[in-house]
Amino acid sequence: MTDTSRGPLERPMSPHLQVWRWHITMACSILHRGCVIGLYVGAVILAGWAAAVAAGPEAYAGYLSILGSPIGKLVLLGETFAVFFNIAYAIRQTFWDAGKGFAPRIADMTGAMAIAFAVVATIVTWVIAGANGAF
Amino acid sequence: MVELALPKNSQVKSGKHWPAPAGAKKVKTFKIYRYDPEAGGNPRWDTYDVDMDAVGPMVLDALLYIKNSIDPTLAFRRSCREGVCGSCSMNIGGRNTLACTHGWAEVPGKAVQISPLPHLPVVKDLIPDLTLFYAQYASIEPWLHTDTPEPQTEWKQSPEDREKLDGLYECILCACCSTSCPSYWWNGDKYLGPAVLLHAYRWLIDSRDEATGDRLDALEDPFKLYRCHTIMNCAQVCPKGLNPAKAIAEIKKMMVERVV
Repeated sequence: MTDTSRGPLERPMSPHLQVWRWHITMACSILHRGCVIGLYVGAVILAGWAAAVAAGPEAYAGYLSILGSPIGKLVLLGETFAVFFNIAYAIRQTFWDAGKGFAPRIADMTGAMAIAFAVVATIVTWVIAGANGAF
Repeated sequence: MVELALPKNSQVKSGKHWPAPAGAKKVKTFKIYRYDPEAGGNPRWDTYDVDMDAVGPMVLDALLYIKNSIDPTLAFRRSCREGVCGSCSMNIGGRNTLACTHGWAEVPGKAVQISPLPHLPVVKDLIPDLTLFYAQYASIEPWLHTDTPEPQTEWKQSPEDREKLDGLYECILCACCSTSCPSYWWNGDKYLGPAVLLHAYRWLIDSRDEATGDRLDALEDPFKLYRCHTIMNCAQVCPKGLNPAKAIAEIKKMMVERVV
C-alpha cells in the first residue's frame, strides 16, 4: 500500500474550481447565495429610505436623487432580480425539503425556470414602473 | 474554509509534450495532470498526442495506452475496468467520473483534460489521498446494529423493505460525488460529504437495523449533515446514477419527523 504517513503538508492540492465544468444547478446555488447577500444590502437601502423619510423633505429628496442616479438604478435593478430569484428558489427548496425534484434533469429544469422567472419578472416590474412614471 | 485559488505549491505549470508518431491519422490530445513526489516541485500539465486508431473506446483505454506505449511513469488507479470497483475515479473534462465507463469521444473540448479527484492531497499524478474519505465512511459505522438476540437463521427482510435500499446499496465508494461538492471542498474536515451520507441513509432505513436513533444523534451536528446546500453536483456526476442529494434530504426529513 502507498505510504501516506509523511503527512499532507508537502502534497499539492488537486485542482477544483480551476478545472470544474459547471452545471446549471451549481450556478443557481451560488447565484442564490449572491442574491441573499444582495437582499441584506437591500434591507439597508430600505432602512436608509425610512430614515430619510423621518429626516425631512430635503434629506428625502437627496436620498431619492442617489437612488435615481444611474448607479442607484442599476443597484435597484439588481435588487429586483434578487427578490424574484429568491422567491423562485425558495419554492424550489420547499419541494426539495419534501424530498421531491432531485433528479438531475428536473433540478436542471427548475433551476433554469427560476432564472427565467426572475429575469422576466424583473423586466415586467421595471416596465410597469416606467409606464407609471417612476423614472 | 473557502479558498478559491490553489495554494502556491499546487498551481499547475505547463509540462512536457509528447508528439504523435509519424503517420498517425486519428490524433487526439490528452492533457494530463502530473505530480512526482520524488522530484518535488509544482504539478504540471503534460500533453500526449495519441494515435486513437490504436486505442479502445474508454478514457481508461487511452490512459493504459499512454502508460504502456508512450510514458510508463504515468500513475493512476484502476482495477475492474467495468464500473464496479470505483478505483479509476478522476476528473475528466471538468467532471468527476470513472475512466473505465466514460468514452473519450464524449469528452467536450479539443483536448481530453484529466486531473485527480478535486481538492484532495495528491500522492502522485492521478492518485489522490482518500484517507479522510475512508475514515469518514468508517465513522458512520456501516454495518448492521442490533440489540435483539441473533436469529437461528438469517435476519429477515420483506421484499418491500429490501426495495428501500435500491439506489443506495449500488454505491461503489469511488468518491466522485464527495469530491465534486463545493461544500466538501471548503469543509471536508467537518462535513461528511455526499457519499458517506448516502451510506448513512442506507443504514438508517434498513428495516433490520435497530440503532436508527443513535445514528441520527450522531449526525445531529451543524457540519456533518447540514452543510449540504443542494448544489447537486453529487447527483450530476455519480457514475452509477445514484442521488446522494436526495438521500441527504431524506435524512433531514427523518431529523424533523422524530422531533415533531
